[in-house]
Amino acid sequence: MTTQVVDGTAAGATARGRARGPRSRGRAGGFLSRHWYAWAMCAPVVIVTLVLIGYPLVRGVYLSLTDATEANMGRTIGMNTIPSTYEFVGLSNYTAIVTSGEFLSRLAWTITWTVVCVALHYGIGLGLALLLNRPLRLRSLYRMLLVLPWAVPAFVSAFIWRYLLNGEFGVVNAMLRAAGFGGLDWLDDPFWAKVSVIAVNVWLGVPFMMLALLGGLQAIPRELYEAAEVDGATPWQRFRHITLPGLRPVSSTVVLLGTIWTFNQFPVIYLVTRGGPGGSSEILVTYAYRQAFEGIRNYSGSAAWGVLILVLLVVMAVVYRRALRRQGEAW
Amino acid sequence: MRRGISVAAAAAALALAVSACGGEDTPQQSAAPAPSDPAAVSGEVTWWDTSDATNEGPVFKELKADFEAKYPKIKVNHVNVPFADAQNKFKTAAQSGSGAPDVLRADVGWVAEFASLGYLAPLDGTPALDQPEDFLPSPAGSGRYNDKTYGVPQVTDTLGLLYNKELLKKAGHDAPPKTFEELKTVAQDVKSKAGADGLALNVDAYFLLPFIYGEGGDLLDVTTKKITVASPQSVAGLKVVEDLIKSGAAAKPAIQDSYTNAETAFKEGKVAMIFNGPWSNTDNLGGKVFKDNPDNFGIAPVPAGSVKAGAPTGGHDYTVYAGSKNLDASYLFVRFMDSAESQAKIAGKLGLLPTRKSAYDMPEAQGNAMIGRWKEPMTAAVERPWIPEAGQLFQPLVEGYQKLATGGTTSDAMAQDVAKAYQGLLKGWSL
Repeated sequence: MTTQVVDGTAAGATARGRARGPRSRGRAGGFLSRHWYAWAMCAPVVIVTLVLIGYPLVRGVYLSLTDATEANMGRTIGMNTIPSTYEFVGLSNYTAIVTSGEFLSRLAWTITWTVVCVALHYGIGLGLALLLNRPLRLRSLYRMLLVLPWAVPAFVSAFIWRYLLNGEFGVVNAMLRAAGFGGLDWLDDPFWAKVSVIAVNVWLGVPFMMLALLGGLQAIPRELYEAAEVDGATPWQRFRHITLPGLRPVSSTVVLLGTIWTFNQFPVIYLVTRGGPGGSSEILVTYAYRQAFEGIRNYSGSAAWGVLILVLLVVMAVVYRRALRRQGEAW
Repeated sequence: MRRGISVAAAAAALALAVSACGGEDTPQQSAAPAPSDPAAVSGEVTWWDTSDATNEGPVFKELKADFEAKYPKIKVNHVNVPFADAQNKFKTAAQSGSGAPDVLRADVGWVAEFASLGYLAPLDGTPALDQPEDFLPSPAGSGRYNDKTYGVPQVTDTLGLLYNKELLKKAGHDAPPKTFEELKTVAQDVKSKAGADGLALNVDAYFLLPFIYGEGGDLLDVTTKKITVASPQSVAGLKVVEDLIKSGAAAKPAIQDSYTNAETAFKEGKVAMIFNGPWSNTDNLGGKVFKDNPDNFGIAPVPAGSVKAGAPTGGHDYTVYAGSKNLDASYLFVRFMDSAESQAKIAGKLGLLPTRKSAYDMPEAQGNAMIGRWKEPMTAAVERPWIPEAGQLFQPLVEGYQKLATGGTTSDAMAQDVAKAYQGLLKGWSL
């Protein structure tokens, strides 16, 4: 509390000081002097955000333009002094990534993974939400059970799934064999490994979609359905013309959120398949992690990967927003 | 707007200038003067022990207590850090300068990397390096980087062929296979006659090395700075593995949890032979088919290829963090923990192989039958390239091996891919 007050007055003082300056007596100065109190109240948040998000981001972008690694960043530890010898190398980290064959294949799989996961999240989540939105015996019990996967920490679920899907000793294959089928190489075959990680992620992500969409469904006025029924609309027509448009505000947000989360869904891939077999299920973030933390840490390379992932997501978000706006969505 | 750009450029230039003049070219080092009286040294030493906390930890704790009894002014904090996390954890702590231990039990493959990054204290001329001529040459080599000693070897190990004697006998073989051809025959006989799988492969880079070494190949040639993983000899070794899998002599290998699956199958008697090291002794002897019948557990050197029998040298070294506030106490602790007596005690209780020649002759070590039984496999141990990049060599290899094991690539293509990845990692090395 104390710091907030201190920060506030400091920021307020500068704001006022600037407002009084002879040159800045324009619209901006007037704006600042009129709203100095608001600025003062915002200052703590702005400062914390700058320190926690702004600085690492700027630092990351800077590192991505150098050839910094763990070996050439200067430091002194006890009797050892390592000199700083890293240099500014411009965009060469980026060109190296973009021109490598690895990048395109990783990107293609990351996009496939994101699209399939989000589509299944949304589809299954909407189905369950519709089921749970009608009067049903034991409805609260079902709701609780369905939310459970979300309540378990992701890494715990990932480990449990890894064990369940083990080829030789796993429960899933034991059940398949007991039912007279052969076991499948859930985690050991490139194709099935991809299916497995998608299945695990869908299992993890559906509850959130379901809850969010359930909230959206409950916000749609009952009268609309009644009026439609009176007009003789079929259930499909009601779904198509009332439920879906009514869910729009919620859907657009959760789909965007889901896309960003899934695109960067680190624990599922890293813990279930470790990117294997043979790197086939590695997405961009897990690959960037490997760059950063394997052997001598490659700060510049991994920073470049990070910035690239950020840019991809920003572009995606902008395109998505444009598309929504074209459809008349005020978002 | 224009001024904004020039300010940003100036800031960037300044940052560059500051970072460019960080210091001199070579790491500066000054050997700490040895204290005249060890008993006068006091302080607190934090030791990160990466051994198996349940099976091995208690013995190391006993040794630590002995040390504290001998040097009452020094307190040792024994912290068990899981082996898999220790490398990254140490690097993060060592670099930030806070939270790093004074003494670390480091894998032999980490020492050169840590030393090159300035994290470790050189031990030459300190009490930590005691009777260096007593060490076996291959483990001792792992602690050296740029002609300085940064780690003293604690234990050494290698891979051997572990086998289930009863299953081999059922298949009509009294002796374990000595060559790769025999390995294939015995494995196939076990499969057809003994009702179990012959061989379980662990799809891991380290466990691929005996095949490469056996045919005379290696990952790198350090003296000539050459990448040899795609040499005809190395590829011949990969072909042996490919053939073992394709012919069905080796059971279809698991890719995920490969180590655990192979171990479990071996302990349950579902497979007759695996490659593994002395660290798995305790684990194996607790298995279903060995618990009541320890004589059933066979240890042999890895089978030989057309050139030799060879398995990688593994093990652990004691290292001291360069930023330690208690260097003198740390040196004394390392000296105590790595004495021949301590090594013999570890060997006797845990069956881990000493790195001191003299420790092998001590009665305590000889009391453990495992020490004698691993003596022959150890003769096949091949020294690995102790270079800072060693830690990065395994990832491309394991990815390639996974593809090979699932039939996604051929030996030749795999070797080319791995060699290409190595070229990216090792600047200035030739193919």
